[in-house]
Parts: sequence; C-alpha cells; structure tokens
Amino acid sequence: MEYVAAALLGFAGGTVGGLLGVGGGILFVPALAIFLDEPQIRAVATSLVAIVPVAIAGTWRQRAYGNVRLRDGLIVGALSPLGVAAGVLVANAVSQRALEVSFAALLLFVAAQLLRRGLRGPDGGSTDPARARP
Amino acid sequence: MSRHRLLKLAAIGTAAGAFSGLFGVGGGTVIVPLLILWLGFGEREATGTSLAAIVVIALLAAIGQGLYGNVDLLEGVLIGVPAVAGVIAGTALQQRVPERAVSLIFAALLAAIAVELLV
Repeated sequence: MEYVAAALLGFAGGTVGGLLGVGGGILFVPALAIFLDEPQIRAVATSLVAIVPVAIAGTWRQRAYGNVRLRDGLIVGALSPLGVAAGVLVANAVSQRALEVSFAALLLFVAAQLLRRGLRGPDGGSTDPARARP
Repeated sequence: MSRHRLLKLAAIGTAAGAFSGLFGVGGGTVIVPLLILWLGFGEREATGTSLAAIVVIALLAAIGQGLYGNVDLLEGVLIGVPAVAGVIAGTALQQRVPERAVSLIFAALLAAIAVELLV
C-alpha cells in the first residue's frame, strides 16, 4: 500500500513539477514527510534518489531544445562535492526539528516567489532570476 | 574558460551541493537564479543546464545520505520513475493551463505545507 502511495506521489509531484518548472525536492520532501510519515532526514535522502531519473529525463528533453550547456552543468556538478559533504554532515548533525523548521522557511520563500510570479501574470518578467525552478 | 568564470561555477556548485545535502533541493532555488544573475544565462538555458548539474549533485548527495543509512532506495525509485512520466505529462499540460493560476495555487499549497511542518 505504501508503495502504491509512493508511486502516486511520484506521478503527482512530477506533473506539478512539469507544470510549474519546479522540481522534485520541493515537492517530494514534504510529501514523504507528511503523507508517508518519514522523518525529515529520510525524506530528504529518499527524495534525492527520486530526483536522479527526473533530472536525467529533464536534461535529455531540454537538450533537444538546445537549452542545456552541458559543459557548464557538468562543471557545476563536478565542483559540488565540498558543498554536498557539508550539507549532508550538517543535516545529520542537527536536530530533526531544526531541519524541519528551516525547510519550512525555505518553502515559504519559494511560495513568495511563486506568488509574485502568479500576480505578475503569465509572461511578465520571464528573465526574472527570482522565479522558482527545480 | 577564464578563472573568474570557473570560480563562479564552483561557488554555484558548492552552494547547490550544500542545499541538496541539507534540504534535498537546489536546482531551482540555487542554480537557476545564480546562473541567470552571475553568468547572464537566459531562463530556459539556466533551467536546462541546472538539470544536468542536478543529475550529478543529487547522485552525490544521495550517496552521502546513503552512507548515513538514510536512503530508502526502493521508495526513491518508486517515486522517481512515475515522476518522469508525471513531468512529461505536466510539461504537455503546461501549454493548456494558465500558468498564473497554477503558480498561485501552488504558492498556497507550499505555504500550507510549511505551516503543517511548523505546528
């Protein structure tokens, strides 16, 4: 039953992500925490696995439109390990509550960005850097 | 590639990595805005390039969290694979649904989730 729920969450999260251009993490993490009752840290970890196929498929599709600067993207990825290690260490060192509260603050920030975008209209400010994305 | 540009890409990678390790997010919240602000990418290019970076970063962060025993691999795959179908459906649907309405509904949803997590 839980696996059916997970698959449904994946499909629903992916659909909203595709609609809005926001990606896995911001949807999967709270969905895992709230609907599947995972502790925050496990929700983060499992969501990271789920994002990999989504990002691979997204890259493949975007590449067909000529939107991917592959070299730059791979450099950003290749130079991320220090940050990744720091993030993983801190996430496992702090309390679950602290992680939850700071994640909630991040959600509110993204919600505010979406609100601005929604109020501005469908095609206003398309180069605005503050638009929320995956 | 100039040293300056490489440093910017390194800073973006490090920041996105930290957010991914901590919160499981990073592409849209970190990479896309910084590629646009610092490197003058267009939004579509920033989004596409961010996805390529996220493949690597999410993989590294998943391995890191896996070392702590936090990863449920089966559940991750069970969410990730249908999510690919969802993204494709959502992208197709995007052409027909007013974006501002979806943005506003989703903003409300995220705010509600934040409150749910806080109380």
